[in-house]
Amino acid sequence: MKIRSSLPLPLRVAGPLLIAILLAFVLLPVVVVTIAAFNEKAILAFPPESYSLKWFARVFSYPDFQEGFRSSMVVTGWSSFLALVIGTCLSIAVKRLEFRGKQLLLAILHSPLVVPHFTLGLGLLILVSQTSVQRGYGIVILCHVMLVLPFVLRSVYVSMENLDERLEQAAGSLGAPPVKVLFTITVPLLAPGLFGGWLFAAIMSFSEFTASLFVTTQDTQTLPVAMYNYVREFADPTLAALSAVYIAVTAALLAFANYFLGLGKVLNIEDNH
Amino acid sequence: MRSDLRAWLVSPAVIVAMGIAVSLAAVFQFSFRAFVPGSLDVGGLTFANFSGMGKSIYLDAFANTLLLSVETTVFSLVAAYPLAYALVRVKNRALKSFILIVSITPLFLGEIVRTYSWIAVLGSNGFINGTLRKLGLIEWPFELMFTHLGVLVALVHVTIPVVVLMLATAISHINRDYEKAAQSLGAGPVKTFVTVTLPLSMPGILASITTAFAWTFSAFATPQMIGGGRVPTVSTLVYQLGFSSMNFPLAASLSVMGLLMTTAALFALGLLTKRLKAAGGH
Repeated sequence: MKIRSSLPLPLRVAGPLLIAILLAFVLLPVVVVTIAAFNEKAILAFPPESYSLKWFARVFSYPDFQEGFRSSMVVTGWSSFLALVIGTCLSIAVKRLEFRGKQLLLAILHSPLVVPHFTLGLGLLILVSQTSVQRGYGIVILCHVMLVLPFVLRSVYVSMENLDERLEQAAGSLGAPPVKVLFTITVPLLAPGLFGGWLFAAIMSFSEFTASLFVTTQDTQTLPVAMYNYVREFADPTLAALSAVYIAVTAALLAFANYFLGLGKVLNIEDNH
Repeated sequence: MRSDLRAWLVSPAVIVAMGIAVSLAAVFQFSFRAFVPGSLDVGGLTFANFSGMGKSIYLDAFANTLLLSVETTVFSLVAAYPLAYALVRVKNRALKSFILIVSITPLFLGEIVRTYSWIAVLGSNGFINGTLRKLGLIEWPFELMFTHLGVLVALVHVTIPVVVLMLATAISHINRDYEKAAQSLGAGPVKTFVTVTLPLSMPGILASITTAFAWTFSAFATPQMIGGGRVPTVSTLVYQLGFSSMNFPLAASLSVMGLLMTTAALFALGLLTKRLKAAGGH
């Protein structure tokens, strides 16, 4: 409180004003595209002169979006599940066990954070073109697991930091074998962090575009790829309507996660001091 | 039992790591192969892909990508720091949640929705031009699409959320006793921030620089859709060469050069960090 009262007046006004301006900048495109989605005319324009819901109707009836949504659900479902299982197993091993090549393994798994997605996508595309592997869902799912795993590892690792190891030791000393300890003590205690990590992986995978563009085909194209192809063909506000739906669902999911899990804790940004 | 458990826990991750390593190896291998027009097969070993990289279209793309990456990193740090600071230090829970949700939502929308939203702002019938015309301030639309500035603004918007998260993590781990100590010794709030809080958040700042740089370098949809081919980047060239010309070897060698450039930039940043540490910083 002392800090507040001793701040000079211009700073006390400037701080909140700056935050408001920055939040407005972040929100601006999201708000504008949502309003533009209700334009009656077949062009992307702001402000609309007359309003209509017809572009929303087109979003749900356009076949490429329906199939893209289905593909995205398949890819997101599998890749977020696999990334969660793989990430949880690895986090436990990294925290509790010693094994050779640990640092190298972690370095490679975290590399997609700095290696451009187009490079990884191109690499997978070359591999597929050189072998007789089908360019089906398998390769898309593998690609997404690679890309979202670092985020799952971070989330699980943070919640493991907050886990009381004595609970596991107690179970072990009472005669539970390691596997039983893992499934009856460790995993349930980690559950909120695991759910947070899974949710992140799922949303990231659902929206992934650049690498997907390289590894998908007409049959496996995900929703973002279908959206990209749409914008190259049509100039109408259908994509604005789809964006508005996308924004609403994503914001709702994040608000939900924040309410039930405390996103601050999952993201490790609570003020600890 | 113990080694058995270890194998079960680690091997799935090893498979994913191998997938990454093999993909990168494939890119390296292809960058030294000759292009056979009209075929996905490649010819013998060659350095031609790299030696031809002195052409102005490639140099332009590299210079432009580098410039965009540096600009985006600087601007997103400047914009994200106040947001991260407010996110950690604001006491009101509802306000805190609001700042959090607003500042990270764009991260989860994906490149397409974010980029398309910016088209609605920057386009000739978009928010900026539409509003200015309504107000009678302009007659002809500003050209914001297909410009460096347009791409930059959208890239900064894309990068802010991830930088906010990384900075917020760093700021939340600062022990506030240091700030109180500085103040009890007579430092004002501004001086406390500059001499204590800001230096202590240096690890987060450096981590954000790395990530912001790499993300911008990697961005494809934004320069492609807003730049419309008039703002060339490494990613748009790789896509063009890979998909329009099916020249995988040249696309691969451009990717390798891009990877080398990112690595060099990050290495230089690492050296700078060490220098700062040696000079008594944090």
